[in-house]
Amino acid sequence: MSFQPVKFYQTGTLTVGNRLLAQDERSVQANQMRSNSINSGHRACQGCGEALGARYAIDAAMAESNGQLIAANATGCLEVFSTPYPESSWQLPWIHSLFGNAPAVATGIAAAMKVKGRNDVRVVAQGGDGGTTDIGFGCLSGMFERNDDVLYICYDNQGYMNTGVQRSSATPPAARTATTMPVGPEPGNVFGQGKNVPEIAMAHNIPYVATATVADLRDLEYKVRKAMQMRGARYIQIFVPCPLGWGAASHDTIRLARLAKETGMFPVFEAEHGEVTSVLKIRNKVAVEEYLKPQKRFAHLFGKHAHPETVARLQAIADRNIRKYKLLPEGEN
Amino acid sequence: MQKPFAITLKPGTSLTNHTGTWRTARPVYLDRLPPCNNACPAGENIQGWLFHAESGEYEKAWRVLVENNPLPAVMGRVCYHPCEGACNRGQLDSSVGINSVERFLGDEAIKRGWKFAAPAASSGKKVLVVGAGPSGLSAAYHLARLGHKVEIQEAGPLAGGMMRFGIPKYRLPREVLDAEVQRILDLGVTLKFGTKVANIEQSMKDGGFDAAFLAVGAHIGKRTFIPAGDATKIVDAVSVLRSMEGEDKPMLGRRVVVYGGGNTAIDVARTAKRLGASEAIIVYRRTRDKMPAHDFEVEEALQEGVMVKWLSTIKQAGEGNITIEKMALDEKGYPQPTGEFETLEADSVVLALGQDVDLSLLEGVSGLEIKDGTVQVSPNMMTGHPGIFAGGDMVPSERTVTVAVGHGKKAARNIDAWLRGATQEVPPKHELAEFDKLNTWYYSDADKTVRPMLDIIRRQTSFDEVQGGLNESTALFEARRCLSCGNCFECDNCYGVCPDNAVIKLGPGKRFEFKYDYCKGCGLCVAECPCGAIKMVAEDI
Repeated sequence: MSFQPVKFYQTGTLTVGNRLLAQDERSVQANQMRSNSINSGHRACQGCGEALGARYAIDAAMAESNGQLIAANATGCLEVFSTPYPESSWQLPWIHSLFGNAPAVATGIAAAMKVKGRNDVRVVAQGGDGGTTDIGFGCLSGMFERNDDVLYICYDNQGYMNTGVQRSSATPPAARTATTMPVGPEPGNVFGQGKNVPEIAMAHNIPYVATATVADLRDLEYKVRKAMQMRGARYIQIFVPCPLGWGAASHDTIRLARLAKETGMFPVFEAEHGEVTSVLKIRNKVAVEEYLKPQKRFAHLFGKHAHPETVARLQAIADRNIRKYKLLPEGEN
Repeated sequence: MQKPFAITLKPGTSLTNHTGTWRTARPVYLDRLPPCNNACPAGENIQGWLFHAESGEYEKAWRVLVENNPLPAVMGRVCYHPCEGACNRGQLDSSVGINSVERFLGDEAIKRGWKFAAPAASSGKKVLVVGAGPSGLSAAYHLARLGHKVEIQEAGPLAGGMMRFGIPKYRLPREVLDAEVQRILDLGVTLKFGTKVANIEQSMKDGGFDAAFLAVGAHIGKRTFIPAGDATKIVDAVSVLRSMEGEDKPMLGRRVVVYGGGNTAIDVARTAKRLGASEAIIVYRRTRDKMPAHDFEVEEALQEGVMVKWLSTIKQAGEGNITIEKMALDEKGYPQPTGEFETLEADSVVLALGQDVDLSLLEGVSGLEIKDGTVQVSPNMMTGHPGIFAGGDMVPSERTVTVAVGHGKKAARNIDAWLRGATQEVPPKHELAEFDKLNTWYYSDADKTVRPMLDIIRRQTSFDEVQGGLNESTALFEARRCLSCGNCFECDNCYGVCPDNAVIKLGPGKRFEFKYDYCKGCGLCVAECPCGAIKMVAEDI
């Protein structure tokens, strides 16, 4: 990653800010003058990971583009909680059209800017995992293969949370949703289905693909800023826990994101032109149980009618990620 | 409402929606008491001065430090640092080297000639301090800073008390002690040497003092009866250590036996070794883990070649030798004689069996309570006689420099209140910042910096200081290992992790504020605060 700690700064780059760092080494979020692209008063649930991830990402993009940024938004929680008529939390030019067409709308805006000769104005498109991996997937793939000058940000909370927690193609196996109930011999979402969109994006050989979580702000900001320095189609998937849909405490949002990364359940990496260039290493490896247990959507795996074999299958997924992306520190993979 | 083409909503209009009404619990900022501060007998604000040291502002750090303790360079050498034992970082990797950073700051102050701030406006009151040991010096310092006129009357020829006459040079170089004493005297404190106070009430009357602080220490070595021939030299440890300060160094011979198991026994055995003894043997009646001496000192002594006879008592001292009896611990852990004897060659026997207080100056003073050879004091350090306060080794307590310095401070503040006809109001202690209040994920991994030790040969043959200090970069590193338990260190986490943008960053040194109109009470700021400086409080609903 970009932030090699050269000196010891108490908390290094793990915290949001650090009074011991030079001004230019500090994060966008630590700045008193950050743009707060999505302002207070939005109607996201308590402890919403998506609201947080959106501010992290769009503030960083705003900083990198000197405030010359337009956002196209897919339908979903992010759109509904931020912009119920006649209010909006957004503090940048922002457009919403349909559930499935955010990449196409963004493509259109980018084309319009090009025609107008406004190279300084940059375009992002954003949506949840439903709007990205399912409903808007055709538009997204088209945007990728045309290499349109758009950064697409997917806030991945692993389901259709806005409409009542239904399964999406990003929902993990065994998770309970409204449409994958914990009944029968293999309760919850089935194994072996779903899409790994970061890898599909890489298969388009686009300039930049990255994953990030709301638990690693510096890493997230670094990736957004790096993406904004490039032209062409770029894709970042940000892991944003959903307290409501996951049945987790609102204060556990960041902890869960951290555990997803530390267990290997969500590999954090970046790739250029289809090749992985770096991964965020696991700092203290933990078993998947620690990540699963605080979430009620996995509650059926534990307790009286526990499913240890299902937990073992989830652990195998995490282990595979660790192997595949070499997530352990050097020499331990 | 007229808006430009295609614009339907104004930016940031969600501010009309006060989401704070959803909240059932609110986050509040607080300062919790760091365990180091809680454990410090001198009442230092350790986390407070480390905070400034972390940013390299050493003078500021030193100034915060000396608000409670005027002897950081001494303390950075001789304190047994209970703070480090309590340090939360000890549960993470190893405790912060508070003592070494303190020494660095103390040495830096001497090197750069930093002085104390001028005292407050004069109060017109005079206070007599009896004894120029750590407690007396600490009281004098604090009283002077509070604007009182202070005179220290010291029976001996030099200042420092047990810091000079008890602690060997290899642990506390005298130029360090002298520099820190001089800085206190520079505040305008008068120090009279060779002035033994025989009758405290008379001395107070003669000098027109409004109050007195007694800190004469405990300088009389305890004796025990050992049947001995004329030829054996039996001395007490206090006298040996005291004579080390004079011209005539004590003659202990080539084989020295030290009787006792406290820090003084260790000090005297290590001193004997440095004076040329080929054998320095400590005879102690119990086992190492029961020894009152601090284990690191025992370890250092053993490294230097000091030997220890565990589970042994001296039965008899003959000509050039002593007889010891082997002991065995009973079920309650008390040593019991076994009837097994052994003979050790010995040119001298040094008794290090504890010390008593010379209480002669208190004879005839009304209202005093003496118990077990010590003066009883109330929680505000006042004896039963109004206006006479006491502290240090002469009152019941653990006898360390740090405790003594703490007594001096406490007494000074209470004397100040008493002189104003008031009682000192002690604000209630903050709740403790326990380990489980922290989110330690955020701290960088970093092991403790080890202080350099003097070469073993020079340790055995010279009185050069054994333990070295940190340099600027290692001291900075060590300071930055502080977790800042319970006290905001402005990491911006709360400001960053709030999904509702409901935290206001007030700027460097000013910390943060909540926008309760928008805070939904999710508790993320509390969970992700590394140092436990925020807590959730239920709303009245």
